[in-house]
Amino acid sequence: MAENKTIATRLAFGQELAALGAREDIVVLDADLSKSTMTALFKDKYPERHINCGIAEGNMMATAAGLASCGKKVFAASFAMFAAGRAYEQVRNSIAYPSLPVVVVGSHAGVTVGEDGASHQCIEDVALMRAIPNMTIISPADGVETAAAVRALVNYDKPAYLRVSRLPMPMIFDEAEYGEFKIGKGRLVRDGSDVTIIATGLLMHEAVKAADELAKNGVSVRLVDMPTIKPIDEDIIIESAKKTGAVVCVEEHNIIGGLGEAVCGVLAMSHPTPIEIVGIRDKFGASGKPSVLLDAYELSCEHIVKYAEKAISRKNA
Amino acid sequence: MDNSRIKELTIVAAKARKSALTGVYNAASGHPGGSLSIADVLTYLYFEQMNVDPKNPKNPDRDRFVLSKGHCAPALYGVLAERGFFSPSEIASLRKYGSFLQGHPDMKGVPGVDMSTGSLGQGVSAANGMALSAKLSGKDYRVYTATGDGELEEGQVWEAAMFAAHYKLDNLTLFVDNNGLQIDGDITKVMNPMPIKEKYDAFGWHTIEIDGHDYNQIENAVNEAKNTKGKPTAIICKTIKGKGVSFMEGEASWHGSAPNEEQYNQAIKELDDFIKGLEAQN
Repeated sequence: MAENKTIATRLAFGQELAALGAREDIVVLDADLSKSTMTALFKDKYPERHINCGIAEGNMMATAAGLASCGKKVFAASFAMFAAGRAYEQVRNSIAYPSLPVVVVGSHAGVTVGEDGASHQCIEDVALMRAIPNMTIISPADGVETAAAVRALVNYDKPAYLRVSRLPMPMIFDEAEYGEFKIGKGRLVRDGSDVTIIATGLLMHEAVKAADELAKNGVSVRLVDMPTIKPIDEDIIIESAKKTGAVVCVEEHNIIGGLGEAVCGVLAMSHPTPIEIVGIRDKFGASGKPSVLLDAYELSCEHIVKYAEKAISRKNA
Repeated sequence: MDNSRIKELTIVAAKARKSALTGVYNAASGHPGGSLSIADVLTYLYFEQMNVDPKNPKNPDRDRFVLSKGHCAPALYGVLAERGFFSPSEIASLRKYGSFLQGHPDMKGVPGVDMSTGSLGQGVSAANGMALSAKLSGKDYRVYTATGDGELEEGQVWEAAMFAAHYKLDNLTLFVDNNGLQIDGDITKVMNPMPIKEKYDAFGWHTIEIDGHDYNQIENAVNEAKNTKGKPTAIICKTIKGKGVSFMEGEASWHGSAPNEEQYNQAIKELDDFIKGLEAQN
């Protein structure tokens, strides 16, 4: 495991993008949030290829499509609420339908946006993006994984949605050991036999804590990190279900349309298995400190433990 | 432009109009009215102005055109076919399952189509991206786009207008097909987007008002746009919805409905007679 350095995935995204920016085909678009999405780090080094679109996300996404049609590798960033929400239809019709290689970056995803409250806490972006044909969804867990994902996305020739978070968190992965980010692949973090926890994004941290907690109680947890939500890694899901017979999915997203339902879909069709979802239970967020919200919305370690125990109890029910 | 060239272009446009109507008739659906009103601008661009090659439709240095009013695909397909990007006989497959000629332009399937469009307001933004790409790459290709006048009711059109002026996209030329009608009727009664010129002026564009069926005026405006530095140009084209078919002209009902057999035959006869009349002139 990694050294105890704290970084938000939005910052890791911005740093890596700036690090790769010498490639002249990269163009970065932002909509007046560059200091929040962290594309400002790219702007500092390559101002001529950082295009501020102003507060006009729909125009930004279709502009990104035009740039991509001319051979540019475009990253178009805003808050998840506006990138995937407000500009949904531009992403759908101008980027995904013609399958143009634009990376739509949604930062400030989920309730850990914190004090800004429900209007800015996007909890449905994954559902929106999952439903669009041609779209890939990347949701990295920590700074190391985010940087690796950006390195993979810069050479990806299809549309993608990169979901990153505001809240600084410790590293989960060791940079030297992480290796290549493989789009469409889950990552086995810890093997176990009683239950599988499949987590995505920032809540991977809570999933690690929950796995430790369960281990103290003698429960053997198989822990899978799922940084690609679409296309979903069916093999690791089915293999995990076969090995442990119970699954818990963990995501900072509405339980409707997110990772949990993607895993449910795979297992229902291929290997029916007791499964529980830790996620936002179809309600809007609220203002508050991120740590308070994680507890209030039942996303933290103790809730993952509770749902894991429930999934295990259903094995022979 | 000399008169013989104008006659040639007028005949090409009439053939493209016939193709557009043939496609819509065979599909029993589509948008004839706005296709007929934009046909002369498209003909001028593809036959007289744009650097495009039907044998190399993806040449990275080509000029681009984005049909932001994507529902007028029948006219674009008609002009592209006349220009040699594919056979005019293909147009009978318009809107049919399996055809590359989708109801709205699909850049992946149709040679010569530079951007997939159809959802109004988005094409003008994509054209911005193409024009910006040329600037970033130091290329001198130009980008043309056409929007409907009803389309100006989409807020994104004005986001795009702000962007193009802000980034001084003087390699971008926008045609507004001001035929005055949208599906639900007179644009000024549905949701008045007028005045158009003053709006683009206020957004920092160079603006020109022309008759969108007059090739000399179209050419002069495009040349003026090419010579205008530091700002994009909007050419507001006064046009007639349904232009070229007597019973379709000025009728909002032909925005999105297909002719029956009798109407189709009459329309084709009118356009054939028109072509014959032009060809009979020496």
